[in-house]
Amino acid sequence: MFPILSKEPLSPTITRFVIYAPYIAKKRQAGNFVIVRVIETGERIPLTIAEGDPEEGSITLIVQAVGKTTKLLCSMGVGDHLVDVVGPLGNPTEIVRDSVVACIGGGVGTAELYPITRALREHGNKIYTIIGARSRDLIILESEMSACSDYLFLTTDDGSYKRKGLVTHQLKDLLDAQVEFDAVYAIGPLPMMKAVSQVTQHYGIKTYVSLNAVMVDGTGMCGGCRVSVNGTMKFACVDGPEFDGHKVDFDELIKRNRTYGDFERESDRRYCETHTWERQEVVK
Amino acid sequence: MSLLNPLKPSERMKVPRQESIEQPASERKENFLEVSFGLNEERARVEATRCLECKNPVCTEGCPVGIDIRSFIQAILQKDYVGAVKKIREANYLPAICGRVCPQEEQCEAVCTLGKKNPAVAIGKLERFVADYEMENGLFTVPEIAVRREGKIAIVGSGPAGLTCAAELAKLGYNITIFEALHAVGGVLRYGIPEFRLPRKILDLETERIKALGVEIITNFVVGRTATIDEFFGEWGFNAVFLGTGAGTPHFMGIPGESASGVYSANEFLTRVNLMKAYKFPEYDTPIRVGKRVAVIGGGNTAMDAVRTAKRLGAEKAYLVYRRSKKEMPARVEEIHHAEQEGIEFLLMTNPVRILTDANNWVVGMECQRMELGEPDDSGRRRPMPIPDSNFVINVETVIEAVGQAPNPIIQSTTPGLNIGKKGTVVTDDAQRTSREGIFAGGDLSRGGATVILAMRDGKRAASAIHEFLSTKRTNHEEDSPLYTNPYCQYIS
Ligand SMILES: Cc1cc2nc3c(=O)[nH]c(=O)nc-3n(C[C@H](O)[C@H](O)[C@H](O)COP(=O)(O)OP(=O)(O)OC[C@H]3O[C@@H](n4cnc5c(N)ncnc54)[C@H](O)[C@@H]3O)c2cc1C
Ligand code: FES
Repeated sequence: MFPILSKEPLSPTITRFVIYAPYIAKKRQAGNFVIVRVIETGERIPLTIAEGDPEEGSITLIVQAVGKTTKLLCSMGVGDHLVDVVGPLGNPTEIVRDSVVACIGGGVGTAELYPITRALREHGNKIYTIIGARSRDLIILESEMSACSDYLFLTTDDGSYKRKGLVTHQLKDLLDAQVEFDAVYAIGPLPMMKAVSQVTQHYGIKTYVSLNAVMVDGTGMCGGCRVSVNGTMKFACVDGPEFDGHKVDFDELIKRNRTYGDFERESDRRYCETHTWERQEVVK
Repeated sequence: MSLLNPLKPSERMKVPRQESIEQPASERKENFLEVSFGLNEERARVEATRCLECKNPVCTEGCPVGIDIRSFIQAILQKDYVGAVKKIREANYLPAICGRVCPQEEQCEAVCTLGKKNPAVAIGKLERFVADYEMENGLFTVPEIAVRREGKIAIVGSGPAGLTCAAELAKLGYNITIFEALHAVGGVLRYGIPEFRLPRKILDLETERIKALGVEIITNFVVGRTATIDEFFGEWGFNAVFLGTGAGTPHFMGIPGESASGVYSANEFLTRVNLMKAYKFPEYDTPIRVGKRVAVIGGGNTAMDAVRTAKRLGAEKAYLVYRRSKKEMPARVEEIHHAEQEGIEFLLMTNPVRILTDANNWVVGMECQRMELGEPDDSGRRRPMPIPDSNFVINVETVIEAVGQAPNPIIQSTTPGLNIGKKGTVVTDDAQRTSREGIFAGGDLSRGGATVILAMRDGKRAASAIHEFLSTKRTNHEEDSPLYTNPYCQYIS
């Protein structure tokens, strides 16, 4: 049993949880994730570890309520507990040193990017961070990201906050302005990571992306998370989750991730019928 | 000759082998209830009279864990069913499981003297009968632990190898902790073998019996990630470690189309159903997608379980595609037989070459090739060879690959000094000792895919070796073991 120690809304649909998981807190590194099962009848889902506090024995998870499992989780509070949390899983992020890097986060992907950006900062890098979201209320961790970046740029698809446009527009502007990036770390929705990889490929900049494949065990036992990288089959949970963005077959993964779309909608519909699901108030 | 058995040997040979009572195929192919109800008391007693009580009981030699079969059958003749199960448990702590899943036809029953001319004594079914009798009547008693011994042992993996090693060491009085990566105990018994062959309540009960020996079980703990083996020896204070992490990483054939939606490894398919209870969606949240037509590739127990599960999940056509003939199938004969009864269509001497997909990357069919048996290969088995221009397409929406598994490399890659074999297995000597002092291994991890009972045998052997290691604190390891080569040999995939 893994108790929730604290809970804080970051946006109307995104929540930060601190969970008691002492073994994991001790071992986790930037880029690791956990597999979580919320209730006995629940499914196993991967969530990135945003932070860890070995003293307190806790890890931080940032969750966007998108379907039944995440809505259920976000409806839980201090005193409740998750039935299963296992990790830290996946390979830690390869952190470059003393270089110029771009950290690009899309939507809740920013939560995954945050520990990586901090680690990059600790390794003497100059960091240009770009955060994008559909609209203002989906921008998260603005102050945290700003604290570990040299420059911070924000974009929204609808122009409701800062620059109207996509993260790739901002990235192109920086490249046009002759910023010479040694590496790019991009985490967000698959189409965004694909678009970023296309831009950086043109410039030959090493690009790390983190793949959110559908997972069951998270330990290399089922192969459900398989992705094609450079034409060979990899298991995202043990070979990744980060891969060279120039070698990933994004289109294939986008299609694979739709495999259970109808089941997910059905679960969500049933959940929403019996539970009132409210967007939460956020004091920014 | 025994006074217990009223029949003369010649009469015993005339008694027909007693069959289990089974759920009719037409009903069971729509449910997950157990296929076989086993022998009832009357049939079990008749079956027991068939035993010739050989002076030299070869059946015991045929049993990988050396159960004293003659004695337990004699106990059945005396109606002492609890005595019978106790006798079994001296050698095998999980009789209700082995009675159900062991390939007896290749082991004890293969060498049974009666079996030379007549059907062998149904040893497996008798084992199951007494174990079930004990369970149904709540007659289990925890074995007494005579002495407490110094020594803390970590068991990694809760499959049959780990559970057996834990039970044996706990009985010797050691302090045992099992670490399991998943949220539930049992390994393949939990996530692989379906409910209709091994009801979960039996597994839960056997697990409780292991806990009753004082064994602690920590789930959600991936050794190598949550803590490493070296940390176990260091800050955790363990004196010995047994690795029983199985062979859980699925192989794929490497044919085009495997990334499509609708293609599963048998492991994923069975895990979704057995561990996550996807067959109860939406009561349980994990989904599974089974087309009207399903093809399962392979000929082992895993393939058989997957195809019969697909049938139960509503597949109208469930094909089993295997590149050799039925004779070569590694699955238990009983499972092959049950699959046939349930209407599984066998496409033998057939090899898949390509999975066909639509524009959205959904499976729409599978292209196969017919095979014929060619020259014998190194193993002496005739090698299947493709017949030119014999390709054909079967229309299916789901493809499940059960083409073998390899050990999961997480521990091997985080434990320096472990000698690793060609196929990613951990190399051990006959006493299950690895190339590192204090680390023992067994089951599918050291064998590649094998069987429950061989995993248990390894677990037992490792327990004796660990006992010896802790008693003497000296293994003569380097001199003894020819395996000990480079202590920093790393996993090579
Ligand atoms: C579908 C299927 C059907 C089968 N049917 C039969 C049958 O009818 N009869 C038969 O005799 N055999 C059968 N087998 C084979 C048999 O199940 C295996 O040989 C046996 O289970 C091996 O036991 P094990 O203890 O070595 O490993 P496993 O049963 O594989 O257990 C290993 C355990 O270790 C855990 N683990 C792995 N890595 C770690 C880690 N790093 N940290 C912590 N825990 C870890 C795993 O989660 C798992 O629970 C079948 C196999 C399958 C897949
Ligand atoms: S999630 Fe099962 S292998 Fe990656």
